[in-house]
Amino acid sequence: MSLSLLAATVTLVADQDKFAEQALEYADALYGAALRMTRNRADAEDLIQETYLKAYRGFGTFQEGTNLKAWLYRILTNAFINSYRAKQRRPDESGMDDIEDLYLYKRISSLEGGTTGKSAEEEVLEKFTDTDVKDAIESLPEQFRIAVLLSDVEGFSYKEISDIVGVPLGTVMSRLHRGRKALQKALVEVGMRKGLGDYGQFARN
Amino acid sequence: MDNSQETDSARAGCQETIARLYTFLDGELTQDRKEKIRQHLDECSPCLEAFEFESELRSMIASKSRDRCPDSIRAKVEAILKYGKVV
Repeated sequence: MSLSLLAATVTLVADQDKFAEQALEYADALYGAALRMTRNRADAEDLIQETYLKAYRGFGTFQEGTNLKAWLYRILTNAFINSYRAKQRRPDESGMDDIEDLYLYKRISSLEGGTTGKSAEEEVLEKFTDTDVKDAIESLPEQFRIAVLLSDVEGFSYKEISDIVGVPLGTVMSRLHRGRKALQKALVEVGMRKGLGDYGQFARN
Repeated sequence: MDNSQETDSARAGCQETIARLYTFLDGELTQDRKEKIRQHLDECSPCLEAFEFESELRSMIASKSRDRCPDSIRAKVEAILKYGKVV
């Protein structure tokens, strides 16, 4: 092996080690996203491995200094859409447009005739468990679920989500708008099922 | 919000503010619009309360939807990143 080739190989190995180390840091977050997308532990475990395998193979096309997290999420999202979506029933989006703004907030603030203090609202939010929140996210139709996940859970910008999902900015905003309202409605339904302590009026529409 | 005691112009302000609530929280508004919303929030406590609630709701959603990758899967991922396959 020539010296220059050896040097290039050493650099590549060092780059790949660094890449592996950084990519591994997103394992928890990517696994969570895979769970929310597939709604199934076995599929999530397959999806995360598929994602890292594609990332390993595509390492050559990844440019250092660009957004590694967004790149990994794009691989994950594409892998999910290509491998798992076909298996699923067409999502039911009926009724999604009937949800008013501030759906959850209005239900909570109506509990005490509109004079609910901030602490009472915090109290209601604290009653939701991790499982409640995860179930509510997973109840959303797929494209809304992905938008809400990427924004509210992962904190990606509209532009990043547009790149990850491969849809225009306007579509991202519209999916987020509708998805968040549907999420609030799902949380209210969870809250009603739980009874949420003495918040009996929570069920009132 | 409750607009019963407010003038038409204040009502428009509330509507616009609530309509832009999430874009504001997402940090995706232009500087101009952001400033306009901030000014409205300084003067309108019902809108401010709604903003605070939605902001807390978002934090709650983000913090309560975390998962930990199981060790067995993490080991497989480490192998993939090192050898390009599960060993």
